[in-house]
Amino acid sequence: MSNAIVARGLTRHFGPVVAVDGIDLDVPAQQIYGFLGPNGSGKSTTIRMMCGLLKPSAGSVTVLGHDALTDAETVRLKLGYMTQKFSLWDDLTVRENLEFMCSVYGLTGAAKRERVAARVREYDLGEFAGRLAGTLSGGQRQRLALAAATLHEPQLLLLDEPTSAVDPQSRRDFWEKLFDLVARGSTILVSTHYMDEAERCHRLAILDRGRVMVEGAPKQLARDIDASVVEVECADLPAARKVLTTEPAVLSIAQLGSRLHVLMKRSLDEPERHVRRALAGRCETAVIERVGATLEDVFVAATVLRDASAEGRERAA
Amino acid sequence: MNWLRRMLAIASKETRQLRRDRVTFGLIIGIPAMQIMLFGYAINFDVRDLDAVVLDQARTSLSRQLVGDLAATQVMHISWQADSAEEFEKIMDRGDANIGVVILPDLERRLQDGAVAVQIVVDGSQPSLENVAQGLAVMPLLRRPGLPARGQSSIAVRVAYNAEKRTAVQVVPALVGTILNITMVIFTAGAIVRERERGNLELLITTPVSRGQLMTGKLLPYIAIGLIQTTLIMLLGHTLFRVPIVGSLVELYAGAALFIAATLSLGLFISTVTRTQFQAFQVAFMTMLPSILMSGFVFPFDGMPRLAQWIAQVLPLTHFVEIIRGIVLRGAHLWDMPLQLGKLGLFFVVMLTASVLRFHKRLD
Repeated sequence: MSNAIVARGLTRHFGPVVAVDGIDLDVPAQQIYGFLGPNGSGKSTTIRMMCGLLKPSAGSVTVLGHDALTDAETVRLKLGYMTQKFSLWDDLTVRENLEFMCSVYGLTGAAKRERVAARVREYDLGEFAGRLAGTLSGGQRQRLALAAATLHEPQLLLLDEPTSAVDPQSRRDFWEKLFDLVARGSTILVSTHYMDEAERCHRLAILDRGRVMVEGAPKQLARDIDASVVEVECADLPAARKVLTTEPAVLSIAQLGSRLHVLMKRSLDEPERHVRRALAGRCETAVIERVGATLEDVFVAATVLRDASAEGRERAA
Repeated sequence: MNWLRRMLAIASKETRQLRRDRVTFGLIIGIPAMQIMLFGYAINFDVRDLDAVVLDQARTSLSRQLVGDLAATQVMHISWQADSAEEFEKIMDRGDANIGVVILPDLERRLQDGAVAVQIVVDGSQPSLENVAQGLAVMPLLRRPGLPARGQSSIAVRVAYNAEKRTAVQVVPALVGTILNITMVIFTAGAIVRERERGNLELLITTPVSRGQLMTGKLLPYIAIGLIQTTLIMLLGHTLFRVPIVGSLVELYAGAALFIAATLSLGLFISTVTRTQFQAFQVAFMTMLPSILMSGFVFPFDGMPRLAQWIAQVLPLTHFVEIIRGIVLRGAHLWDMPLQLGKLGLFFVVMLTASVLRFHKRLD
């Protein structure tokens, strides 16, 4: 099987609000696939439709060869789901939570004991196996949640913003675990709003307002970005910023320390010269150079550019 | 096998959580103990020495015996003997007497014909007096050699086994039902919405646990708790209020278990139609008052209007009060009351099915 998840025209309304708007997706097996997008971009809703928790308003999604809605029970046996909010039981201990999830997935007796022991070992839970889950720290909880989601050795893991309440070191460790799982044959779909995490995915879809804006491998996305990136260093950054903001060719400006990171329309042949001309007479000492795009640039270009072109269309109409 | 195992996994998780919840655990023991003390000592349906006026229009030896019987109940104290209808009314109007007894002129013939021979007039402004009158009306006052027996009524039987008419004896068995009704509905009313509110439901419904497993698994631990409460109440009733247990304990527990399952399933249903624990508890409370008031616990069932009787038929407590009074006070057997058991069973099956059908393993 080459694709673990296939979505076609997947749409979901909540009353008048369109949370997911005609998404087409192919998630390859045995890779980490990322959903990058701001809050409210439809990441959670899409994942919930994949679990059969929400019924699509239109379109369909096939998970591991089964329809996620009509064949939800079959799908659920094969997938592990980590909810955005910690959803194990605060008033059960770490071990009790794991044992309960084992029983629910049909593991009993020695098999259950071995599996729980294995996960406790793999996810460093031994120290607090007897502690109530409600007393764990963010990073510990998240390890427990991942341990629980992988108890039944699912082919597919759906992780909804798993690292949102976790410190950087825990996040690094967590991603190590994800790569271990992929090496052992799992497919992982993870949603995030951290750029560094998105960068680690094999493939990535940038979501905004319920739509897939761009999709591909992170490196490829940075290469194919629909914009040029120029960095400006000068004495009077606020003034330079003020000037550049009024330039129609400039898409977005972000300050990085003592430099301005400027995203410009790709149609421009020599963006550096354009910037130098704009700044002439104001920041003569400016150092201007073209740089490679980061994933953040891709994200900004994907969301800002669409907005700009949508506005343009509206104005024209 | 797997079906059972998953169901038991839910049940044992529920038990664990319950055991950790000290407050709830305390309430399981505390509520029944407190209520039986309160109700056992405070509720007193015993009505004694009501001022009564008698208008004896028959003036025969039988009518005099009858007045004597009424006085012997100690429910009324014959304060006045009226000589005429006018005097009788005047005494009633003044409020000097709460209760009036009119013995119609041709008493013997009327009794032979099975017609109304005695009228009991009560002061309607005091609702509890009406119950007294209804109680008196079915007492076996008028059974005398040579007279046809009037229809046997339930109250007549109860009086025979509670000759002193002590309230505690009547109240404690029914109190088992009332207290269980309160605690059980509350327990399960929160069962599903709690998981929803705490965010556990989203994970739980993504597992292979079926709706039926979830519902029955949630129910099981509370049946045990209900039986513990039954034991506690009966024990306190027996030791503090000298309530005799005439019938079989095993049958008492079996009947109680069925009733507990029925009330739990009602709570479970409430849990599937509400979104928050607060809503669930409000709905639970809404079902409690009718249960308590209409079950025959407070007012005699026979004295209620037709519509109320129909509604009461739907409530599990109504049937359980009959069952437990039967077993505890009369020494009746479960198989003597197939109708009540059947209705409880039906209620349980319908509610559990409704809960399962109402619950979807989806978030929308």
